[in-house]
Amino acid sequence: MKKTKILGWSALLLIFVAAFAMGFKVATEHNSDKGYEVGDMAADFSLKNVDGTMVSLSDFDRAKGFLVIFTCNTCPYAQAYEDRIIALDAKYKPQGVPVIAINPNNPNAKPGDSFAKMKERAAKKGFTFPYLLDEGQKVYPQYGATRTPHVFLLEKTASGNMVKYIGAIDDNYQDASQVDEKFVENAVNAMLAGNEINPKTTKAIGCGIQ
Amino acid sequence: MNKLFALGLMVSVFVGCAEKKGQKKEEVESAGNEMVVQAEEVGADVKFPIYDFDGLEPLLHKEDDKTYIVNFWATWCKPCIKEMPYFERVQEEQKTNNVEVILVSLDMPNMWKTQLEPFVEKKGIQSKVVILDDPKQNDWIPKVSEEWGGGIPATLIYNKDKRTFYQRGFTYEELNNELTKFIN
Repeated sequence: MKKTKILGWSALLLIFVAAFAMGFKVATEHNSDKGYEVGDMAADFSLKNVDGTMVSLSDFDRAKGFLVIFTCNTCPYAQAYEDRIIALDAKYKPQGVPVIAINPNNPNAKPGDSFAKMKERAAKKGFTFPYLLDEGQKVYPQYGATRTPHVFLLEKTASGNMVKYIGAIDDNYQDASQVDEKFVENAVNAMLAGNEINPKTTKAIGCGIQ
Repeated sequence: MNKLFALGLMVSVFVGCAEKKGQKKEEVESAGNEMVVQAEEVGADVKFPIYDFDGLEPLLHKEDDKTYIVNFWATWCKPCIKEMPYFERVQEEQKTNNVEVILVSLDMPNMWKTQLEPFVEKKGIQSKVVILDDPKQNDWIPKVSEEWGGGIPATLIYNKDKRTFYQRGFTYEELNNELTKFIN
């Protein structure tokens, strides 16, 4: 399945390259097929937090895992989930699974997502977790984040931080009170209990990363 | 189902309003029934059809002689706004080739009157605009395309013989180039 998909994309790419020798952007194409899948080991990073310090996953000695959430200031979907992200941190940081939020957008393309604006947003909303800028946009393609908000649940293991769940926070962005399935909470609970996570991936509308 | 419910609410609210507009609204608000208040605010007199996914799905599977360009967008999505003129232009230029553009707005209910309608009006958009209002995204996104992670802009081009999904934005040239694969 994956192979035919890759073949398909390659063929498509060839056609594009042939058709447009110049000025054709294929960079955005690539991302959908790259990035982590459940079971992969996630790379650590060192990114600047809104408090000015540099933050890495390896800083969290006693963590059992991480909720790495790609989010931003400007996306209405990201905003709709801010309170729920704060609630996730409140619930799971004490259990060893803190939220690490990363803004993947390029501030030159989206001035509303500048580092200064991130500081403002974090202060206004009272973020209890690191809110990092993916400066140079190197981390989000590595993870394979395509939109905001986009969650990657990692479990700390002897051999590294293993990706356990990728996707949405829950199944209703519009109204937290109408949620039927809390995907992330179910995933973290299962992970902490040593149970199988189901579902391991979910999809949601989000703002494309710019 | 949701839609029927919302419609029912809208109708009852509308009937109520026709009787005694100001008073009715006060009663509704003081009763603290958020659903009714919300239905009155968001559902009433929006200029575009509002679908849940079941309502939208037939538009993604028409089997007539047209080629459909179904673009998923929102007023807050910058790259979507950037490519919108290309869809408009192609729709105009390709009319004789039986090409129809459908712009599926994913704007949130509180944006329909405040953002979506003014945007469509201001830009003088000619293509068909519909609203998809279905929060169960994990259920319906894969039904549009298994390849789609959920980021927008995203576009489906199809006719009765062929369908391709694109999770990306287009330039005018790119869009035309893709379209030629469908209309020749």
